[in-house]
Amino acid sequence: MPILGTVASQFSGKSFSSFESIATVTVTSATSTISFTSIPATYTHLQIRFIGRSSYNTTGQDNLVINFNSNTGSNYAEHYVAGNGTGTDSGAQSSITSIPLRECLIRDGNTSSMFSAGIIDILDYASTNKNKTVRALFGNDRNGAGYVALGSGLFFATPAAITTIAFTVESSRNFVQYSQFALYGIKGA
Amino acid sequence: MASTYEKIASTTLTSTVASVTFSSISGAYTDLVVVMNPISSSATDSYPWLQFNGDTGSNYSRTMIAGTGSAAESDRSTNSTQGYFIYGNRVFTDASFNAILHINNYSNTTTYKTFLARTGAASNRVESTVGLWRSTSAITSILFDLDTNSFVSGSTFTLYGIKAA
Repeated sequence: MPILGTVASQFSGKSFSSFESIATVTVTSATSTISFTSIPATYTHLQIRFIGRSSYNTTGQDNLVINFNSNTGSNYAEHYVAGNGTGTDSGAQSSITSIPLRECLIRDGNTSSMFSAGIIDILDYASTNKNKTVRALFGNDRNGAGYVALGSGLFFATPAAITTIAFTVESSRNFVQYSQFALYGIKGA
Repeated sequence: MASTYEKIASTTLTSTVASVTFSSISGAYTDLVVVMNPISSSATDSYPWLQFNGDTGSNYSRTMIAGTGSAAESDRSTNSTQGYFIYGNRVFTDASFNAILHINNYSNTTTYKTFLARTGAASNRVESTVGLWRSTSAITSILFDLDTNSFVSGSTFTLYGIKAA
């Protein structure tokens, strides 16, 4: 039994003015793409926090796919390290057409209330003189199966600022209802 | 644009306690983040875990990956009565254990709750964990405890809320 309790509601919120909500997408019916467009360049970094689930009606999990600025050329690269509960895995791809977050999204053949979760950081997204790097922590647990991973991605098409982000599910599958992606901006000094 | 990352509550222990609880968490945010730097009364078997809403049923599971310094490993647990956010990592007496937990969409009443954790202890290992609480209830309290031993003075626990637009 707890012998020390902190009543959270009794604390007035101390806010961090450098972390702001930009936009949120909550899926109300199956949709193929979750996009954030017209992202202002007024922040230093971006963070996306999400829960999600693929419409593919079988067990297992699907990749979450990321593209920037509608660019589908071979301008991306990725590395990851992951664990599935019984073993570890690591891999990489270069000159690919998107950044995949591998095995990220629970498929719809799993227990209906289970959703994946993740946090994606996009560093110096508004820079116009260097490539854009991404890091992510994501996973899903299904009480007997699961996948957790750390990923890193690179977008090297041009040094243009990132103004749009599109999330899709591998093989053109859909996000199901209650998937939610929230975009935040983090200011520098 | 409104700030959305707020400290909800923070505790720095001034005495030894068996557990720490954040209670009466409002549903005003989208995600919760907990940052902790706890210290154990003993380094032996001080495996940390959590429980939501006082639920002691077999409703927790987790999948993790770790780097031990010489190898990578992965493990899972199922139908646990505690939400372990570690595997081999432990809370030590030297404050070297640290953890950050993300509980996304904690207040919805539709989905089970999935949480992510990163833990480290320089003398031991680094781990990442995804955990599941099989409940659709909104999370209103979080208890942190150890398998054995206690949290001692100087341990810190801070709860943040992140609010989406």
